[in-house]
Amino acid sequence: MKRVVITGMGIWSCLGKSLDEVRDSLYNGKSGIILDPVRKEMGFRSGLTAKLDIPDLKGELSRSQRAYMPEQAKYAYCATIEALRNAKIDQDYLDKHDVGLLYGNDSSADPTVRAVDTMREKHDTTLCGSGAIFQSMNSTVTMNLGTIFHLRGINLTVSGACASGAHAIGLGALLIQTGLQDMIVCGGAQEVNPFSIGSFDGISAFSTREDAPEKASRPFDRDRDGLVPGGGAATIIIEEYEHAIKRGAPIIAEILGYGFSANGDHISSPNVEGPSKSLRMAIERAGIGINEIGYINAHATSTHVGDTNEAKAIFNVIGDAKIEVTSTKSQTGHEMWMAGASEVIYSMLMMKNNFIAANLNFENPDEDSAKLLIPAKRIEKHFDTFLSNSFGFGGTNATLIVRNM
Amino acid sequence: MEKQELIKKVNSVLAEEFEVEESIITPDANIKQTLELDSLSLVDMVALIENEFGVKIPSADLVKVQTFAALYDYLAERA
Repeated sequence: MKRVVITGMGIWSCLGKSLDEVRDSLYNGKSGIILDPVRKEMGFRSGLTAKLDIPDLKGELSRSQRAYMPEQAKYAYCATIEALRNAKIDQDYLDKHDVGLLYGNDSSADPTVRAVDTMREKHDTTLCGSGAIFQSMNSTVTMNLGTIFHLRGINLTVSGACASGAHAIGLGALLIQTGLQDMIVCGGAQEVNPFSIGSFDGISAFSTREDAPEKASRPFDRDRDGLVPGGGAATIIIEEYEHAIKRGAPIIAEILGYGFSANGDHISSPNVEGPSKSLRMAIERAGIGINEIGYINAHATSTHVGDTNEAKAIFNVIGDAKIEVTSTKSQTGHEMWMAGASEVIYSMLMMKNNFIAANLNFENPDEDSAKLLIPAKRIEKHFDTFLSNSFGFGGTNATLIVRNM
Repeated sequence: MEKQELIKKVNSVLAEEFEVEESIITPDANIKQTLELDSLSLVDMVALIENEFGVKIPSADLVKVQTFAALYDYLAERA
């Protein structure tokens, strides 16, 4: 099997619009969460959300290109520009090679709702405009990025709920390991608008700690009361090792293992067995011992059952090994379809800068989180290997293991 | 709406939407070429006209409206 390395990263998130900004936000424990009054006017149970700007791409992309892009495709474009630049890949390279594209995305509600509103009000489908169809499809990110960057390898959207971004990276790694692709642009994108998560709010999944938005996302804390929705986009460039060496690419890490499983159980409540299986599979495929893992970026979203069962799964697998476990969702909220990719980048930034960001708001453990080593304050630590979990509705699980290079 | 006023508004909304200099919009110029419209952005032009002037241009008529002058006349008769 061929080796898979990471040669570039880029991000657009509530913690910053570049790797440098995000690194500083992680280091300083900045929260990206606010209370959105618009959501309260719309009847949301919780108006909490991550806050980020929609990029203005006028002057950078043509009017037609922009017309087909919903917000998450714009986030993904900016993240990908940064990732390609860091990987030292220009348009000439993309034009001459069959570069693939696998991106996690699992909704595009805003343009869908707007088109339906137009149809209902005007009874004339032409008035939806030419962009509506391309913006509203689940594959909107990959169709937009693929045409903008002229990518001609695998082109596929991975829809695996909140594990979409992680599965995109894992599946990309498999394609490279088997020699089917030399390079793939991987990532995850998540729209941030009320329509996209209104029905999610409706099932009482969100924290209602509206009087203190920065305290609302509190993974593993005893007094957590739900997740906070977030979003943006994160891109990593993965590449076959020898291919990266030959072109003189900046090799920054290696993807050692991808584990996956499905719970085959409840549609929203996770269990312990499924995630445990995903963790074990990733470690086995990575061919490493537990003690080689220096940091675990948990999926933990700040929900009662989710965090409890993940804590149990992690403890099942690592036992008494002293490995720091945190959830960066304490700073970002739950970035859902993007999370699996963004959390690889957050972990990479920590690994490259020798620290582990604080698990914000971890004030009191519960019975299960007490068994894990969860730092409530940032710690300075060098580590060379991390594990990142992503779990999603329907019981889909993904685990990635990455080693420093 | 007076025809000169209509022409001014048509030129203004089309230039803004399709991001071209208004000065290149002349009566005899071809609409598709001037605004660089493909089959998809042509749909946006029809939607824009309908939203701004309340006039729907059916496909059968659209093929006859090739120049800006033809568009001004078409709208002047219906707006």
